[in-house]
Amino acid sequence: MKSLKKKKKFSEFPNEYSLGKAIKQGDIITRLSMLIMGLGNIAHKQIGKGLCWLAVECAFIWFMIKSGIYNLSMLPSLGWREQEKVWNEKKSIYEYTAGDQSLLLLLYGVVTVCIIVAFIVAWKAAVQSSYKAQVLAKEGKHLNTFKDDIKSLFDQNLYKLLMTGPMAGILIFTVLPLIFMMSMAFTNYSKTGDHLVLFDWVGFDNFAKVMDFSGNLGKQFYSVLGWTLIWAVLATFLNYILGMILALVINRKDTKIKSFWRFCFVVSIAVPQFVSLLIMRTMFQPTGIVNTLLIKYGIIDSALPFFTNATWARAMVIIINLWVGIPYTLLQVTGILQNIPTELYEAAKIDGANSRQLFTKITLPYMQFVMTPYLITEFTGNINNFNVIFLLSGGNPTPVENTAGKTDLLVTWLYKLTIEKNYYNLGAVIGIMTFIILAIVAIVTYRSSTSYKDEEGFM
Amino acid sequence: MEKRKTLTGARIKKNVVNVIVHVILAILSVIWLLPVFWVILTSFRAEKGSYVSTFFPKSYTFDNYIRLFTDTSILNFPQMFLNTLFISIFTCIISVIFVLSVAYSTSRMRFKMRKPYMNFVMVLKLFPGFMSMIAVYYILKAIGLSEGSMIRVALIIVFSAGAGIDFYVAKGFFDTIPKSLDEAAIIDGATRWQIFRKITIPLSKPIIVTTIIKTFMGPWIDFIFAKVICRANAKYYTVSIGLWRMLEKEYIDSWYTCFAAGAVLISIPISILFLKTQKFYAEGMSGAVKG
Repeated sequence: MKSLKKKKKFSEFPNEYSLGKAIKQGDIITRLSMLIMGLGNIAHKQIGKGLCWLAVECAFIWFMIKSGIYNLSMLPSLGWREQEKVWNEKKSIYEYTAGDQSLLLLLYGVVTVCIIVAFIVAWKAAVQSSYKAQVLAKEGKHLNTFKDDIKSLFDQNLYKLLMTGPMAGILIFTVLPLIFMMSMAFTNYSKTGDHLVLFDWVGFDNFAKVMDFSGNLGKQFYSVLGWTLIWAVLATFLNYILGMILALVINRKDTKIKSFWRFCFVVSIAVPQFVSLLIMRTMFQPTGIVNTLLIKYGIIDSALPFFTNATWARAMVIIINLWVGIPYTLLQVTGILQNIPTELYEAAKIDGANSRQLFTKITLPYMQFVMTPYLITEFTGNINNFNVIFLLSGGNPTPVENTAGKTDLLVTWLYKLTIEKNYYNLGAVIGIMTFIILAIVAIVTYRSSTSYKDEEGFM
Repeated sequence: MEKRKTLTGARIKKNVVNVIVHVILAILSVIWLLPVFWVILTSFRAEKGSYVSTFFPKSYTFDNYIRLFTDTSILNFPQMFLNTLFISIFTCIISVIFVLSVAYSTSRMRFKMRKPYMNFVMVLKLFPGFMSMIAVYYILKAIGLSEGSMIRVALIIVFSAGAGIDFYVAKGFFDTIPKSLDEAAIIDGATRWQIFRKITIPLSKPIIVTTIIKTFMGPWIDFIFAKVICRANAKYYTVSIGLWRMLEKEYIDSWYTCFAAGAVLISIPISILFLKTQKFYAEGMSGAVKG
């Protein structure tokens, strides 16, 4: 089965003008265009296209000479010159010489590597394009003029036109920064040892430090990891189960004014999440309105430690997350409940099924079928749920000497380590670990979703 | 006789259950509405400060709203409002174009990079979003967008550059538009571009509306990225940073009620948009599940 699929993949987009063929069967011009990009196109009267390739090559060479080579040469060492005071005799003042800034050197190095990779891709395409021009000219077929090429961008090659912008955005502002941040995990860029300006590569040291059971950092890591998983499971499934019960109760035949109840719950979605979370935080402060009123009416004697006691804080973030999340579940489940084909119920009723059987045999399996992908994305979303934790408890309470608080998730800890505490290397390690955990969840998702594809019989 | 008795017994039981269900729903509704109600009350409260001893304000006033728009010395709310409006309009335009482009390409066209792209984006989504935040700041700095009025451009880029990642819902929707329409148009000599503009887009109103709202709301809601990009340049703050700052220790006592007023103000348009598009929201989601 698998090999069949692979074969199909191969034949779906055959490449008649591959690089290998171009090298083996290309004529002298095609081979020369490996050095001078676009030569083959120019020789076969595709002047516009050829000049474009040439321009790409010139821009690349210009960039490499101007800064690329220097950037690459600095990448292994990440700089060593410290900023120094130098006495200027003429002006009789101290002047600062510009020292190396490892962070910028690293960034420029990563950018240069990315540009080189992009250029190799372009180079490959240029050689193939030259070879294609050669083959087509030999066979006496029509060669696209520059105008034809532009026209095809609006027709069979429309995807190239449409995808360029979004792809560029993703590559420059998502992928490149990610590579940059990930490379930080292998350096000693942090406050410790005064490595905020100049830092070096340290290999896997940071990973060892974070994973080490016995060290203080390792202990924090495992405790945060444990809480993150507990949080993600509880937040996801409590939201789902309670939201579903609520939806079913509202959807009951005997419940009156259904849309009014739904409206009451859905109103809270309309308030921006960060606003409602900030409000919750102020309401549950030691001197906040909840404590004040409880004391005033004599229900408690002293303020409840909503966000100052670890257990309380953990319970509070989960409960408040229910407040935030249940309306969303309600909305979705209601939509799905109304989508269940009524024929299913009618047929079952004719066969003499009672209402409990209707629920367990039709409603529940249908819900699970539709909601599983949603649940898994919710789960990954909860592992990365920055807002709820950061705005409510801020990860606190935090034990002295620790950077991670008792309610910190991996993401909020990452935020603290980088933005607040300047342990950039450790933050990057945490980010990579989070990714690995999510990747495992995603692989499981993928598997289960393919198994679901085979089960389409339910529909 | 016997039968009627059990019938009334069943009816009583049913009524009791009904009453209990409605009471529980009422209690839950109160819990869900209370914080919302509390903000609205606070925004009209005359006493300053964040900590009060009564649920209902002692006296009501409209001053919090007036101060929000007139007292611009410390936290310039009107400026923040305009900043956010400007940023969100451009973010919205770029993001909608990006999302529709990617969704159309992946749904309607078959090319070599299609599957790899879709898988790649799935992997990208697994990284915590702001892991790249600091790097984004340095990249923006390197291309000269981190100072002065360029910060606005930087924020637009930050909010819209990743739009090509969240295309799955729109793709799911496009998948439901019959392919035969495209084929008929091709036979009539239409180019792909014409099909995209004249057939697919007019048929995709629900998903376009949802995308517009989602992307328009982004800059109003996000405050982490905005905070990192703006740093101390208070002139370019967005509304959400402003509201966040009002709750900081040095401002909370004098600005808490204004915070509530600001929260109410930005909630109103979002609620209206939300209620109007709730239908589309559900449709978009069911499209995604199908896809």
